[in-house]
Amino acid sequence: MEVTDQELKIDLQKQGVLMTSLNELYNWGRKNSVWPLQFGLACCAIEMIAASMARYDLARFGAEVFRPSPRQADLMIVAGTVTKKMAPQVVRLYNQMAEPKYVIAMGACAISGGPFKQGYNVLKGIDRYLPVDVHIPGCPPRPEALLHAFMTLQNKIASQPLTGPARPRHLRAGAPSEFSVPQCGPHGLVPPSNPAVWRPPTAAQAG
Amino acid sequence: MSAILETPVRAFESVSGAGAGEMLELAIGPHHPSTHGVFRMDVVLDGERVRRLKPVFGYLHRNHEKIAEGQSYLSSMPYTDRLDYFCSLTNNWAYALTVEKLAGLQVPERAEYIRVITAELTRVQNHLCLIGFLLQDMGASGTPLMYAFREREKILDLFESLTGARMMCNYMRFGGCRVDLPTGWMEEAQQVVQGLARFLDEFEALLTGNEILMARTQHIGVLSSAAAVNAGVTGPMLRASGVNYDVRKVDRYGVYDRFDFRIPLGDHGDTYDRYLIRVLEMRESLKILRVALRDLPEGPVMDPKARLRGFRPKAGEAYGRIEAPKGELGFHLISDGSPNPFRYRVRPPSLMNLTVLEEMCMGRMLADVVVILGSVDIVLGEVDR
Repeated sequence: MEVTDQELKIDLQKQGVLMTSLNELYNWGRKNSVWPLQFGLACCAIEMIAASMARYDLARFGAEVFRPSPRQADLMIVAGTVTKKMAPQVVRLYNQMAEPKYVIAMGACAISGGPFKQGYNVLKGIDRYLPVDVHIPGCPPRPEALLHAFMTLQNKIASQPLTGPARPRHLRAGAPSEFSVPQCGPHGLVPPSNPAVWRPPTAAQAG
Repeated sequence: MSAILETPVRAFESVSGAGAGEMLELAIGPHHPSTHGVFRMDVVLDGERVRRLKPVFGYLHRNHEKIAEGQSYLSSMPYTDRLDYFCSLTNNWAYALTVEKLAGLQVPERAEYIRVITAELTRVQNHLCLIGFLLQDMGASGTPLMYAFREREKILDLFESLTGARMMCNYMRFGGCRVDLPTGWMEEAQQVVQGLARFLDEFEALLTGNEILMARTQHIGVLSSAAAVNAGVTGPMLRASGVNYDVRKVDRYGVYDRFDFRIPLGDHGDTYDRYLIRVLEMRESLKILRVALRDLPEGPVMDPKARLRGFRPKAGEAYGRIEAPKGELGFHLISDGSPNPFRYRVRPPSLMNLTVLEEMCMGRMLADVVVILGSVDIVLGEVDR
Protein backbone atom coordinates (compact mmCIF):
# COMPACT_ATOMS: atom_id res chain seq x y z
CA MET A 1 0.00 0.00 0.00
CA GLU A 2 1.29 3.43 -0.87
CA VAL A 3 1.09 5.84 2.03
CA THR A 4 0.11 9.10 0.42
CA ASP A 5 -1.57 11.04 3.17
CA GLN A 6 1.48 12.60 4.81
CA GLU A 7 -0.51 14.45 7.48
CA LEU A 8 -2.26 11.31 8.60
CA LYS A 9 1.08 9.57 8.72
CA ILE A 10 2.62 12.28 10.87
CA ASP A 11 -0.39 12.27 13.18
CA LEU A 12 -0.15 8.55 13.61
CA GLN A 13 3.56 8.81 14.30
CA LYS A 14 2.79 11.17 17.17
CA GLN A 15 0.59 8.45 18.61
CA GLY A 16 3.40 5.97 18.33
CA VAL A 17 2.04 4.23 15.25
CA LEU A 18 4.48 3.84 12.39
CA MET A 19 2.86 3.40 9.03
CA THR A 20 4.96 2.67 6.05
CA SER A 21 4.95 0.65 2.90
CA LEU A 22 7.21 -2.24 2.08
CA ASN A 23 8.65 -0.15 -0.70
CA GLU A 24 9.61 2.67 1.64
CA LEU A 25 10.98 0.34 4.26
CA TYR A 26 13.06 -1.51 1.70
CA ASN A 27 14.47 1.67 0.22
CA TRP A 28 15.06 3.17 3.66
CA GLY A 29 17.27 0.26 4.52
CA ARG A 30 19.07 0.35 1.21
CA LYS A 31 19.75 4.05 1.11
CA ASN A 32 21.27 4.15 4.59
CA SER A 33 23.75 1.38 4.05
CA VAL A 34 25.44 2.19 0.77
CA TRP A 35 28.89 0.64 0.99
CA PRO A 36 31.34 2.17 -1.46
CA LEU A 37 34.11 0.30 -3.17
CA GLN A 38 37.52 1.26 -1.82
CA PHE A 39 38.83 2.32 -5.12
CA GLY A 40 40.81 5.43 -5.86
CA LEU A 41 42.21 6.38 -9.21
CA ALA A 42 43.85 9.77 -8.78
CA CYS A 43 43.64 13.12 -7.02
CA CYS A 44 39.88 12.86 -6.31
CA ALA A 45 40.51 9.75 -4.23
CA ILE A 46 42.29 11.89 -1.65
CA GLU A 47 39.21 14.07 -1.31
CA MET A 48 37.14 10.90 -1.09
CA ILE A 49 39.34 9.75 1.81
CA ALA A 50 39.06 13.20 3.36
CA ALA A 51 35.27 12.91 3.13
CA SER A 52 35.38 9.68 5.09
CA MET A 53 37.58 11.19 7.81
CA ALA A 54 36.60 12.97 10.98
CA ARG A 55 35.75 16.43 9.70
CA TYR A 56 33.35 15.44 6.92
CA ASP A 57 32.36 12.10 8.41
CA LEU A 58 30.76 10.08 5.67
CA ALA A 59 29.62 7.68 8.40
CA ARG A 60 26.63 9.95 8.96
CA PHE A 61 25.22 8.56 5.73
CA GLY A 62 25.95 4.95 6.56
CA ALA A 63 28.60 4.87 3.91
CA GLU A 64 31.86 4.73 5.83
CA VAL A 65 32.39 1.04 5.21
CA PHE A 66 34.75 1.19 2.26
CA ARG A 67 35.02 -2.36 0.98
CA PRO A 68 38.12 -3.43 -0.91
CA SER A 69 36.24 -6.27 -2.59
CA PRO A 70 33.74 -5.43 -5.33
CA ARG A 71 31.61 -8.38 -4.18
CA GLN A 72 30.75 -6.52 -0.97
CA ALA A 73 30.26 -3.06 -2.42
CA ASP A 74 27.11 -1.29 -3.57
CA LEU A 75 28.58 1.89 -4.95
CA MET A 76 31.51 2.61 -7.17
CA ILE A 77 32.94 6.10 -6.80
CA VAL A 78 35.02 6.65 -9.91
CA ALA A 79 37.39 9.09 -8.23
CA GLY A 80 39.94 10.28 -10.71
CA THR A 81 41.26 10.08 -14.22
CA VAL A 82 40.36 6.90 -16.07
CA THR A 83 43.12 6.12 -18.54
CA LYS A 84 42.77 3.77 -21.45
CA LYS A 85 44.94 1.28 -19.63
CA MET A 86 42.74 1.42 -16.56
CA ALA A 87 39.28 1.57 -18.18
CA PRO A 88 38.96 -2.22 -18.75
CA GLN A 89 39.75 -2.85 -15.09
CA VAL A 90 37.18 -0.27 -13.99
CA VAL A 91 34.45 -1.92 -16.08
CA ARG A 92 35.52 -5.36 -14.87
CA LEU A 93 35.29 -4.22 -11.26
CA TYR A 94 31.83 -2.85 -11.91
CA ASN A 95 30.79 -6.14 -13.44
CA GLN A 96 32.00 -7.97 -10.35
CA MET A 97 29.81 -5.92 -8.05
CA ALA A 98 26.51 -7.43 -7.00
CA GLU A 99 23.21 -5.78 -7.89
CA PRO A 100 21.84 -3.32 -6.90
CA LYS A 101 24.83 -1.17 -7.70
CA TYR A 102 25.36 2.50 -8.36
CA VAL A 103 28.08 4.69 -9.82
CA ILE A 104 29.18 8.18 -8.84
CA ALA A 105 31.48 9.87 -11.34
CA MET A 106 33.60 12.11 -9.14
CA GLY A 107 35.45 15.00 -10.70
CA ALA A 108 36.03 16.44 -14.12
CA CYS A 109 38.24 13.57 -15.28
CA ALA A 110 35.69 10.86 -14.55
CA ILE A 111 32.97 12.92 -16.20
CA SER A 112 34.74 13.98 -19.37
CA GLY A 113 38.50 13.56 -19.16
CA GLY A 114 38.79 16.94 -17.49
CA PRO A 115 42.02 18.86 -17.96
CA PHE A 116 43.64 15.81 -19.52
CA LYS A 117 40.96 15.35 -22.16
CA GLN A 118 43.29 16.37 -24.96
CA GLY A 119 45.73 13.63 -23.99
CA TYR A 120 46.12 10.47 -26.02
CA ASN A 121 45.73 8.10 -23.10
CA VAL A 122 42.76 9.46 -21.21
CA LEU A 123 39.22 8.17 -21.45
CA LYS A 124 36.80 11.00 -22.14
CA GLY A 125 34.31 10.10 -19.45
CA ILE A 126 33.50 6.83 -17.71
CA ASP A 127 29.85 7.14 -18.74
CA ARG A 128 30.91 5.80 -22.13
CA TYR A 129 31.06 2.36 -20.55
CA LEU A 130 29.12 2.51 -17.29
CA PRO A 131 25.69 3.86 -16.36
CA VAL A 132 26.53 6.77 -14.06
CA ASP A 133 23.93 7.78 -11.47
CA VAL A 134 25.45 10.99 -10.11
CA HIS A 135 28.06 13.27 -11.65
CA ILE A 136 30.06 15.64 -9.41
CA PRO A 137 31.90 18.43 -11.19
CA GLY A 138 35.09 19.88 -9.77
CA CYS A 139 38.81 19.32 -9.98
CA PRO A 140 38.80 17.85 -7.42
CA PRO A 141 35.32 18.28 -5.95
CA ARG A 142 35.30 19.26 -2.32
CA PRO A 143 34.28 16.64 0.23
CA GLU A 144 31.05 18.56 0.67
CA ALA A 145 30.31 17.95 -3.00
CA LEU A 146 30.78 14.23 -2.46
CA LEU A 147 28.40 14.40 0.50
CA HIS A 148 25.90 16.15 -1.72
CA ALA A 149 26.30 13.43 -4.31
CA PHE A 150 25.62 10.87 -1.60
CA MET A 151 22.43 12.63 -0.62
CA THR A 152 21.39 12.85 -4.25
CA LEU A 153 21.99 9.14 -4.62
CA GLN A 154 20.04 8.43 -1.43
CA ASN A 155 17.11 10.40 -2.81
CA LYS A 156 17.34 8.45 -6.02
CA ILE A 157 17.33 5.15 -4.15
CA ALA A 158 14.41 6.28 -1.99
CA SER A 159 12.32 7.13 -5.03
CA GLN A 160 12.77 3.81 -6.80
CA PRO A 161 9.53 1.79 -6.93
CA LEU A 162 9.62 -1.94 -6.37
CA THR A 163 7.05 -2.71 -9.02
CA GLY A 164 5.84 -1.26 -12.27
CA PRO A 165 7.66 -0.26 -15.40
CA ALA A 166 9.82 2.32 -13.57
CA ARG A 167 11.37 -0.25 -11.23
CA PRO A 168 15.15 -0.25 -11.13
CA ARG A 169 17.37 -2.45 -13.22
CA HIS A 170 18.08 -5.07 -10.59
CA LEU A 171 14.38 -5.90 -10.29
CA ARG A 172 13.84 -6.37 -13.99
CA ALA A 173 14.54 -9.86 -15.22
CA GLY A 174 16.64 -9.75 -18.34
CA ALA A 175 18.04 -6.29 -17.75
CA PRO A 176 21.82 -6.28 -18.10
CA SER A 177 23.86 -6.28 -14.94
CA GLU A 178 27.22 -6.55 -16.66
CA PHE A 179 28.60 -4.38 -19.39
CA SER A 180 31.07 -5.31 -22.06
CA VAL A 181 34.69 -4.79 -21.08
CA PRO A 182 36.58 -2.71 -23.64
CA GLN A 183 39.80 -4.02 -25.09
CA CYS A 184 42.94 -2.14 -26.00
CA GLY A 185 43.10 -1.89 -29.78
CA PRO A 186 45.68 -0.33 -32.09
CA HIS A 187 44.11 3.14 -31.83
CA GLY A 188 42.68 3.20 -28.36
CA LEU A 189 39.90 1.26 -26.73
CA VAL A 190 37.67 -1.06 -28.76
CA PRO A 191 34.79 -0.30 -28.81
CA PRO A 192 35.26 3.44 -28.16
CA SER A 193 32.00 3.45 -26.22
CA ASN A 194 29.22 1.10 -25.23
CA PRO A 195 26.20 2.08 -27.37
CA ALA A 196 23.85 0.46 -24.84
CA VAL A 197 24.98 2.99 -22.24
CA TRP A 198 26.12 6.05 -24.12
CA ARG A 199 25.61 7.60 -27.51
CA PRO A 200 27.53 10.57 -28.85
CA PRO A 201 25.41 13.69 -28.57
CA THR A 202 23.93 14.72 -31.90
CA ALA A 203 23.62 18.33 -32.93
CA ALA A 204 20.02 19.15 -33.78
CA GLN A 205 19.41 21.32 -36.84
CA ALA A 206 17.81 24.59 -35.81
CA GLY A 207 14.47 25.49 -37.42
CA MET B 1 50.33 -0.36 -27.42
CA SER B 2 51.67 -3.89 -27.36
CA ALA B 3 52.70 -3.61 -23.74
CA ILE B 4 49.11 -2.90 -22.84
CA LEU B 5 47.64 -5.60 -25.04
CA GLU B 6 48.87 -8.61 -23.16
CA THR B 7 47.23 -8.91 -19.78
CA PRO B 8 48.44 -10.17 -17.41
CA VAL B 9 52.05 -9.43 -18.24
CA ARG B 10 54.03 -12.66 -18.13
CA ALA B 11 57.06 -11.00 -16.71
CA PHE B 12 58.97 -13.93 -15.33
CA GLU B 13 60.57 -17.08 -16.53
CA SER B 14 60.02 -19.93 -14.12
CA VAL B 15 62.26 -19.83 -11.10
CA SER B 16 64.34 -22.94 -10.69
CA GLY B 17 67.24 -24.13 -8.57
CA ALA B 18 67.81 -25.86 -5.28
CA GLY B 19 64.99 -25.43 -2.83
CA ALA B 20 62.65 -23.93 -5.36
CA GLY B 21 59.16 -25.16 -4.67
CA GLU B 22 55.93 -24.45 -6.44
CA MET B 23 55.90 -20.79 -7.42
CA LEU B 24 52.84 -18.63 -7.30
CA GLU B 25 52.57 -15.66 -9.57
CA LEU B 26 50.39 -12.98 -8.06
CA ALA B 27 49.33 -9.63 -9.41
CA ILE B 28 48.76 -7.14 -6.59
CA GLY B 29 46.83 -4.29 -8.11
CA PRO B 30 45.95 -2.17 -10.02
CA HIS B 31 42.94 -2.22 -7.74
CA HIS B 32 44.30 -3.07 -4.34
CA PRO B 33 43.97 -1.01 -1.17
CA SER B 34 47.67 -1.24 -0.35
CA THR B 35 49.00 0.07 -3.65
CA HIS B 36 48.05 3.69 -2.92
CA GLY B 37 46.39 4.21 -6.25
CA VAL B 38 46.55 2.35 -9.50
CA PHE B 39 49.85 0.57 -9.25
CA ARG B 40 50.50 -3.09 -9.87
CA MET B 41 53.15 -5.40 -8.49
CA ASP B 42 53.62 -8.72 -10.23
CA VAL B 43 55.02 -10.86 -7.47
CA VAL B 44 56.43 -14.39 -7.65
CA LEU B 45 55.97 -16.12 -4.33
CA ASP B 46 57.59 -19.20 -2.88
CA GLY B 47 55.17 -19.96 -0.09
CA GLU B 48 54.89 -16.50 1.39
CA ARG B 49 58.40 -15.41 0.48
CA VAL B 50 58.90 -12.97 -2.37
CA ARG B 51 61.21 -14.32 -5.03
CA ARG B 52 60.62 -11.75 -7.76
CA LEU B 53 58.77 -8.48 -7.85
CA LYS B 54 58.09 -6.41 -10.89
CA PRO B 55 56.36 -3.04 -10.62
CA VAL B 56 53.93 -2.34 -13.44
CA PHE B 57 52.77 1.20 -13.86
CA GLY B 58 51.21 3.44 -16.45
CA TYR B 59 47.65 3.07 -15.19
CA LEU B 60 47.56 6.79 -14.52
CA HIS B 61 49.61 8.04 -17.46
CA ARG B 62 47.88 11.35 -18.18
CA ASN B 63 50.19 12.76 -20.86
CA HIS B 64 51.39 15.55 -18.61
CA GLU B 65 54.60 16.20 -20.53
CA LYS B 66 53.05 15.99 -23.98
CA ILE B 67 50.21 18.32 -23.04
CA ALA B 68 52.72 20.78 -21.57
CA GLU B 69 54.69 20.91 -24.80
CA GLY B 70 51.59 22.01 -26.67
CA GLN B 71 50.70 24.98 -24.51
CA SER B 72 52.24 28.09 -23.03
CA TYR B 73 54.55 27.98 -20.02
CA LEU B 74 52.01 29.41 -17.65
CA SER B 75 49.25 27.02 -18.73
CA SER B 76 51.26 24.12 -17.36
CA MET B 77 51.26 25.55 -13.85
CA PRO B 78 47.85 24.09 -12.89
CA TYR B 79 48.89 20.78 -14.40
CA THR B 80 51.89 20.59 -12.07
CA ASP B 81 49.41 20.64 -9.17
CA ARG B 82 48.19 17.27 -10.32
CA LEU B 83 51.59 15.60 -10.46
CA ASP B 84 51.97 14.78 -6.81
CA TYR B 85 48.51 15.71 -5.71
CA PHE B 86 49.39 15.80 -2.01
CA CYS B 87 52.00 18.49 -2.56
CA SER B 88 50.78 20.90 -5.20
CA LEU B 89 52.71 23.84 -3.77
CA THR B 90 56.12 22.19 -3.96
CA ASN B 91 55.35 21.10 -7.52
CA ASN B 92 54.49 24.69 -8.34
CA TRP B 93 57.72 25.85 -6.83
CA ALA B 94 59.89 23.41 -8.75
CA TYR B 95 58.31 24.43 -12.03
CA ALA B 96 58.43 28.15 -11.26
CA LEU B 97 62.06 27.82 -10.20
CA THR B 98 62.97 26.17 -13.49
CA VAL B 99 61.23 28.76 -15.61
CA GLU B 100 62.80 31.55 -13.54
CA LYS B 101 66.18 29.99 -14.25
CA LEU B 102 65.35 29.76 -17.92
CA ALA B 103 64.13 33.34 -18.21
CA GLY B 104 66.42 34.90 -15.61
CA LEU B 105 63.69 36.24 -13.37
CA GLN B 106 64.27 37.44 -9.82
CA VAL B 107 61.89 36.61 -7.00
CA PRO B 108 61.15 39.24 -4.32
CA GLU B 109 62.19 38.38 -0.81
CA ARG B 110 58.68 38.25 0.58
CA ALA B 111 57.63 35.80 -2.12
CA GLU B 112 60.62 33.58 -1.30
CA TYR B 113 59.55 33.50 2.32
CA ILE B 114 55.97 32.68 1.39
CA ARG B 115 57.28 29.88 -0.80
CA VAL B 116 59.27 28.45 2.07
CA ILE B 117 56.27 28.66 4.39
CA THR B 118 53.89 26.98 1.98
CA ALA B 119 56.45 24.32 1.02
CA GLU B 120 57.17 23.39 4.61
CA LEU B 121 53.47 23.23 5.43
CA THR B 122 53.12 20.96 2.42
CA ARG B 123 55.94 18.77 3.70
CA VAL B 124 54.27 18.42 7.07
CA GLN B 125 50.91 17.40 5.67
CA ASN B 126 52.50 15.01 3.18
CA HIS B 127 54.47 13.22 5.86
CA LEU B 128 51.44 13.12 8.15
CA CYS B 129 49.36 11.46 5.48
CA LEU B 130 52.15 9.06 4.63
CA ILE B 131 52.46 7.90 8.23
CA GLY B 132 48.71 7.56 8.47
CA PHE B 133 48.54 5.42 5.35
CA LEU B 134 51.56 3.37 6.43
CA LEU B 135 49.87 2.51 9.69
CA GLN B 136 46.62 1.82 7.85
CA ASP B 137 48.52 -0.68 5.71
CA MET B 138 49.81 -2.32 8.87
CA GLY B 139 46.28 -2.83 10.08
CA ALA B 140 45.92 0.11 12.45
CA SER B 141 42.60 0.64 10.82
CA GLY B 142 41.60 4.23 11.02
CA THR B 143 43.00 5.83 14.15
CA PRO B 144 46.42 7.20 13.04
CA LEU B 145 45.01 8.12 9.64
CA MET B 146 42.09 9.91 11.26
CA TYR B 147 44.46 11.92 13.44
CA ALA B 148 46.68 12.70 10.48
CA PHE B 149 43.82 13.89 8.35
CA ARG B 150 42.42 15.96 11.21
CA GLU B 151 45.69 17.92 11.31
CA ARG B 152 45.96 17.95 7.53
CA GLU B 153 42.59 19.69 7.29
CA LYS B 154 43.95 22.57 9.36
CA ILE B 155 46.82 23.02 6.92
CA LEU B 156 44.45 22.73 3.97
CA ASP B 157 42.33 25.49 5.52
CA LEU B 158 45.41 27.71 5.42
CA PHE B 159 46.02 26.79 1.79
CA GLU B 160 42.42 27.46 0.94
CA SER B 161 42.33 30.91 2.45
CA LEU B 162 45.61 31.74 0.71
CA THR B 163 45.10 30.22 -2.73
CA GLY B 164 41.41 29.47 -3.02
CA ALA B 165 41.80 25.72 -3.32
CA ARG B 166 42.36 22.94 -0.84
CA MET B 167 44.52 20.69 -2.93
CA MET B 168 45.12 22.16 -6.37
CA CYS B 169 46.59 25.44 -5.26
CA ASN B 170 48.08 26.78 -8.53
CA TYR B 171 49.66 29.50 -6.46
CA MET B 172 53.15 30.30 -7.69
CA ARG B 173 53.98 32.34 -10.73
CA PHE B 174 57.19 32.96 -12.62
CA GLY B 175 58.84 35.68 -10.56
CA GLY B 176 56.81 35.38 -7.39
CA CYS B 177 53.46 34.31 -6.06
CA ARG B 178 49.99 34.97 -7.37
CA VAL B 179 48.56 36.88 -4.40
CA ASP B 180 49.76 38.20 -1.10
CA LEU B 181 48.75 36.70 2.21
CA PRO B 182 45.21 37.58 3.30
CA THR B 183 44.78 39.50 6.55
CA GLY B 184 44.96 37.34 9.60
CA TRP B 185 46.67 34.50 7.77
CA MET B 186 49.91 34.84 9.68
CA GLU B 187 48.23 34.53 13.05
CA GLU B 188 46.27 31.50 11.91
CA ALA B 189 49.42 29.90 10.54
CA GLN B 190 51.28 30.52 13.76
CA GLN B 191 48.47 28.88 15.70
CA VAL B 192 48.48 25.88 13.40
CA VAL B 193 52.25 25.50 13.72
CA GLN B 194 52.02 25.64 17.50
CA GLY B 195 49.25 23.08 17.50
CA LEU B 196 51.22 20.83 15.18
CA ALA B 197 54.16 20.68 17.57
CA ARG B 198 51.86 19.52 20.33
CA PHE B 199 50.14 17.09 18.00
CA LEU B 200 53.45 15.56 16.94
CA ASP B 201 54.30 14.77 20.57
CA GLU B 202 50.96 13.07 20.93
CA PHE B 203 51.33 11.23 17.61
CA GLU B 204 54.78 9.99 18.53
CA ALA B 205 53.61 8.85 21.94
CA LEU B 206 51.04 6.78 20.12
CA LEU B 207 53.35 5.34 17.49
CA THR B 208 57.12 5.57 17.87
CA GLY B 209 57.46 3.17 20.79
CA ASN B 210 54.59 0.99 19.66
CA GLU B 211 55.55 -2.65 19.84
CA ILE B 212 53.54 -3.74 16.82
CA LEU B 213 54.91 -0.93 14.69
CA MET B 214 58.44 -1.82 15.70
CA ALA B 215 57.93 -5.52 15.07
CA ARG B 216 56.47 -4.87 11.66
CA THR B 217 59.06 -2.36 10.50
CA GLN B 218 62.43 -2.86 12.17
CA HIS B 219 64.99 -4.69 10.00
CA ILE B 220 62.38 -4.95 7.27
CA GLY B 221 62.97 -3.58 3.81
CA VAL B 222 66.58 -2.64 4.46
CA LEU B 223 68.06 -0.40 1.78
CA SER B 224 71.82 0.02 1.89
CA SER B 225 73.22 3.46 1.28
CA ALA B 226 75.21 2.23 -1.74
CA ALA B 227 72.13 0.74 -3.37
CA ALA B 228 70.15 3.88 -2.67
CA VAL B 229 72.77 6.12 -4.22
CA ASN B 230 73.19 3.86 -7.25
CA ALA B 231 69.47 3.81 -7.94
CA GLY B 232 69.15 7.59 -7.71
CA VAL B 233 66.90 7.41 -4.67
CA THR B 234 66.37 10.81 -3.07
CA GLY B 235 64.46 12.40 -0.26
CA PRO B 236 63.60 10.85 3.09
CA MET B 237 64.25 7.37 1.69
CA LEU B 238 67.86 8.21 0.89
CA ARG B 239 68.41 9.93 4.21
CA ALA B 240 66.92 6.97 6.07
CA SER B 241 69.76 4.95 4.53
CA GLY B 242 72.24 7.34 6.10
CA VAL B 243 73.22 9.50 3.13
CA ASN B 244 73.35 13.17 4.00
CA TYR B 245 71.82 14.70 0.91
CA ASP B 246 69.10 17.29 0.95
CA VAL B 247 68.66 19.70 -1.94
CA ARG B 248 67.66 22.39 0.52
CA LYS B 249 71.19 22.22 1.92
CA VAL B 250 73.02 21.34 -1.31
CA ASP B 251 71.52 23.98 -3.60
CA ARG B 252 70.33 26.41 -0.93
CA TYR B 253 67.64 27.54 -3.31
CA GLY B 254 65.23 30.25 -2.26
CA VAL B 255 66.07 31.56 1.16
CA TYR B 256 66.83 28.23 2.78
CA ASP B 257 70.32 29.40 3.71
CA ARG B 258 68.77 31.75 6.25
CA PHE B 259 67.24 29.01 8.34
CA ASP B 260 68.96 26.86 10.87
CA PHE B 261 67.69 23.32 10.51
CA ARG B 262 69.19 19.88 10.70
CA ILE B 263 68.92 16.95 8.33
CA PRO B 264 67.86 13.81 10.19
CA LEU B 265 69.68 10.67 9.06
CA GLY B 266 68.85 7.00 9.55
CA ASP B 267 71.21 4.29 10.77
CA HIS B 268 69.70 1.10 9.42
CA GLY B 269 67.82 2.07 6.27
CA ASP B 270 64.86 -0.07 7.27
CA THR B 271 61.19 0.75 7.23
CA TYR B 272 61.25 1.97 10.82
CA ASP B 273 63.99 4.47 9.95
CA ARG B 274 61.96 5.70 7.03
CA TYR B 275 59.04 6.25 9.38
CA LEU B 276 61.16 8.01 11.97
CA ILE B 277 62.93 10.23 9.44
CA ARG B 278 59.57 11.62 8.41
CA VAL B 279 58.61 12.42 11.99
CA LEU B 280 61.93 14.15 12.58
CA GLU B 281 61.66 16.04 9.30
CA MET B 282 58.29 17.35 10.34
CA ARG B 283 59.84 18.69 13.53
CA GLU B 284 62.58 20.41 11.54
CA SER B 285 59.95 21.83 9.20
CA LEU B 286 58.11 23.30 12.15
CA LYS B 287 61.37 24.90 13.24
CA ILE B 288 61.76 26.50 9.79
CA LEU B 289 58.14 27.58 9.83
CA ARG B 290 58.45 29.34 13.19
CA VAL B 291 61.42 31.37 11.99
CA ALA B 292 59.93 32.09 8.58
CA LEU B 293 56.66 33.28 10.04
CA ARG B 294 58.56 35.50 12.46
CA ASP B 295 60.93 37.02 9.89
CA LEU B 296 58.57 37.43 6.95
CA PRO B 297 59.56 40.76 5.36
CA GLU B 298 57.22 43.31 3.82
CA GLY B 299 57.28 44.05 0.13
CA PRO B 300 55.87 42.96 -3.20
CA VAL B 301 55.23 39.30 -4.00
CA MET B 302 55.85 39.54 -7.74
CA ASP B 303 58.86 40.61 -9.75
CA PRO B 304 57.64 43.78 -11.54
CA LYS B 305 59.52 42.71 -14.67
CA ALA B 306 57.72 39.37 -14.89
CA ARG B 307 55.18 39.17 -17.69
CA LEU B 308 52.44 36.64 -17.45
CA ARG B 309 51.02 37.26 -20.93
CA GLY B 310 53.12 36.79 -24.03
CA PHE B 311 55.81 35.07 -22.01
CA ARG B 312 58.62 33.91 -24.32
CA PRO B 313 61.92 32.94 -22.73
CA LYS B 314 64.93 33.08 -25.00
CA ALA B 315 66.22 29.85 -26.49
CA GLY B 316 68.10 27.67 -24.05
CA GLU B 317 67.59 25.02 -21.46
CA ALA B 318 67.33 24.81 -17.71
CA TYR B 319 67.07 22.17 -15.03
CA GLY B 320 65.58 23.26 -11.76
CA ARG B 321 65.17 21.09 -8.71
CA ILE B 322 63.86 21.38 -5.20
CA GLU B 323 63.56 19.12 -2.22
CA ALA B 324 59.94 18.04 -2.51
CA PRO B 325 58.52 16.04 0.40
CA LYS B 326 59.13 12.82 -1.52
CA GLY B 327 62.60 13.65 -2.81
CA GLU B 328 64.30 15.63 -5.51
CA LEU B 329 61.67 16.99 -7.86
CA GLY B 330 63.22 18.34 -11.03
CA PHE B 331 61.96 19.96 -14.19
CA HIS B 332 63.99 20.07 -17.37
CA LEU B 333 62.83 22.62 -19.88
CA ILE B 334 64.19 23.32 -23.35
CA SER B 335 63.06 26.53 -24.94
CA ASP B 336 63.30 27.36 -28.64
CA GLY B 337 62.12 30.92 -28.12
CA SER B 338 58.48 30.16 -28.80
CA PRO B 339 55.66 30.56 -26.26
CA ASN B 340 55.62 26.79 -25.69
CA PRO B 341 58.42 24.72 -24.23
CA PHE B 342 60.16 22.58 -26.87
CA ARG B 343 60.78 19.86 -24.34
CA TYR B 344 59.26 19.54 -20.92
CA ARG B 345 60.49 16.77 -18.69
CA VAL B 346 59.67 15.99 -15.07
CA ARG B 347 61.98 14.08 -12.79
CA PRO B 348 59.53 12.62 -10.32
CA PRO B 349 61.10 11.50 -7.04
CA SER B 350 58.68 8.68 -6.32
CA LEU B 351 59.34 6.99 -9.67
CA MET B 352 63.07 6.85 -8.93
CA ASN B 353 62.37 5.70 -5.38
CA LEU B 354 60.22 2.86 -6.70
CA THR B 355 63.11 1.35 -8.66
CA VAL B 356 64.59 -0.20 -5.51
CA LEU B 357 61.32 -1.82 -4.47
CA GLU B 358 62.31 -5.29 -5.66
CA GLU B 359 65.64 -5.13 -3.86
CA MET B 360 63.97 -4.17 -0.60
CA CYS B 361 61.23 -6.80 -0.86
CA MET B 362 63.36 -9.74 -2.00
CA GLY B 363 63.01 -12.72 0.34
CA ARG B 364 60.55 -10.95 2.62
CA MET B 365 57.04 -12.11 3.43
CA LEU B 366 54.17 -10.92 1.29
CA ALA B 367 52.73 -8.94 4.21
CA ASP B 368 56.00 -7.00 4.42
CA VAL B 369 55.75 -5.94 0.79
CA VAL B 370 52.69 -3.87 1.64
CA VAL B 371 54.50 -2.12 4.48
CA ILE B 372 57.67 -1.55 2.46
CA LEU B 373 55.70 -0.06 -0.41
CA GLY B 374 53.87 2.12 2.09
CA SER B 375 57.17 3.48 3.38
CA VAL B 376 58.41 4.37 -0.11
CA ASP B 377 55.71 7.05 -0.36
CA ILE B 378 54.55 6.89 -3.93
CA VAL B 379 51.91 8.97 -5.60
CA LEU B 380 50.85 7.58 -8.92
CA GLY B 381 50.07 10.95 -10.43
CA GLU B 382 53.76 11.63 -10.24
CA VAL B 383 55.04 8.15 -11.08
CA ASP B 384 53.02 7.83 -14.27
CA ARG B 385 52.50 11.52 -15.01
